Amino acid sequence: MSVTVRIPTILRTYTGGQAEVSAEGATLAEVIADLEKNHTGIAARVLDDQGQLRRFVNVYVNDDDVRFEQGLETATPDGAGVSIIPAVAGG
Amino acid sequence: MAVQTVASSTNSVNLGPAAALSCRECGHRVPLGPVFACEECFGPLEIAYDFSGYDTEELRKRIEAGPANIWRYAPLLPVPADVAGKPNLNPGWTKLVKADNLARELGVTGGLYVKDDSGNPTHSFKDRVVAQALEAARVFGFTTLSCSSTGNLAGAVGAAAARAGFRSCVFIPHDLEQGKIVMAAVYGGDLVGIEGNYDDVNRFCSELIGDPVGEGWGFVNVNLRPYYAEGSKTLAYEIAEQLGWRLPDQIVVPIASGSQLTKIDKGLQELIKLGLVEDKPYKIFGAQAEGCSPVSTAFKAGHDVVRPQKPDTIAKSLAIGNPADGPYVLDIARRTGGAVEDVTDEQIVDAIKLLARTEGIFAETAGGVTVGVTRKLIDNGVLDPAKTTVVLNTGDGLKTLDAVAGTGLTATIRPNLDSFREAGLV
Repeated sequence: MSVTVRIPTILRTYTGGQAEVSAEGATLAEVIADLEKNHTGIAARVLDDQGQLRRFVNVYVNDDDVRFEQGLETATPDGAGVSIIPAVAGG
Repeated sequence: MAVQTVASSTNSVNLGPAAALSCRECGHRVPLGPVFACEECFGPLEIAYDFSGYDTEELRKRIEAGPANIWRYAPLLPVPADVAGKPNLNPGWTKLVKADNLARELGVTGGLYVKDDSGNPTHSFKDRVVAQALEAARVFGFTTLSCSSTGNLAGAVGAAAARAGFRSCVFIPHDLEQGKIVMAAVYGGDLVGIEGNYDDVNRFCSELIGDPVGEGWGFVNVNLRPYYAEGSKTLAYEIAEQLGWRLPDQIVVPIASGSQLTKIDKGLQELIKLGLVEDKPYKIFGAQAEGCSPVSTAFKAGHDVVRPQKPDTIAKSLAIGNPADGPYVLDIARRTGGAVEDVTDEQIVDAIKLLARTEGIFAETAGGVTVGVTRKLIDNGVLDPAKTTVVLNTGDGLKTLDAVAGTGLTATIRPNLDSFREAGLV
């Protein structure tokens, strides 16, 4: 499964400045593992010491927040768009 | 008394006592700039100050001699010292209403006050936070002001941009209350409805910032968020000063993202550290609508992680299902001995009417949430009626007329006295 991952500004040092990169994986966990293979260091920024998504990271597969889906086990169908976004306050 | 809150900064950005940005999660520190998330852990960045050299009594006199708006507190905010002379909306110094009628109704004997922020220039507390972001936008050279908004912020940004000569382009959920749409659009900036809820709007804006399209844009609650959020500290400063430089015992604060509550706590802590008020315990209570109660749900369950919800409530200004500052709200409520509670839409409407009927204050739905939660907390024995209590009303009821749409004429009569008598109103 090949997906497109949107990279937030603060992680672009790991992708050579690219805002979008391709990655492989049938689930979000596999996609992040593949990202790490090609962009070493990026996984530790997104995941905490227990291997869970950091609490101030929001990840969307297509338009769905993975916290409403299966978290890291959320399926990433071929051609899906994955967005990694820092959480922000609002109002 | 001099207070050294942080080590001095090496960067040269002139934002008064603001010294650096510090990650609230891991403490990683970066120079002042238009960034909001920690590059190490994604945690929120907030302002670290250098208050060294402040003499308590001189500071108190300087504040008391200052303008009747938030700039009286400029020495404690991330703004240049000459901020009051720049074109902005000069919000703040809103009324702290001694609500004796409401107190009688609720059985409060220790003194009940409503901090009525509907008196701000665009009729909500958002003018306070936008004013900080505007100064940061000037310093960082932005020319467009933007935001993701549940409505109140859109109006505040539009008005501040108009006054300061900035372009504005703001993003809102497409199905907001008509009053809020009009009150945002009237200032002449661009207003874009997004097909989705607030969390979808927020996500869109976060992606826009990372795109070349968004270059040169100051999003007040995204890339200028560390500065913006500090504006809520002024609520704490004003409440304490208006009480005669005294901390209240209990404060009831609405929760959307949770930012306001955390900054009120930060403001109170600063006043204590600076010696401007006596150090004594206070409790902070958070208020949510049942239809969007992720923080209240986590509090009651004893969790320290907030699980997002899909909002469904009339309190649209609080309808943030994934509140970024939720975990910090839980920490503060527990640390101070407060609580987080929620009320139904029906209870919100009842509370809006109660506040209007007893104090002549017409609150928007968020004010109905705080008053409704105050009543519930008293009924449940959680909030002590014998203590001095401050309830926040953060917006004007004219913004959410639909919520009380069932309120109307007592009678319709012919224009003569007989008809008036027949209506049974004499």
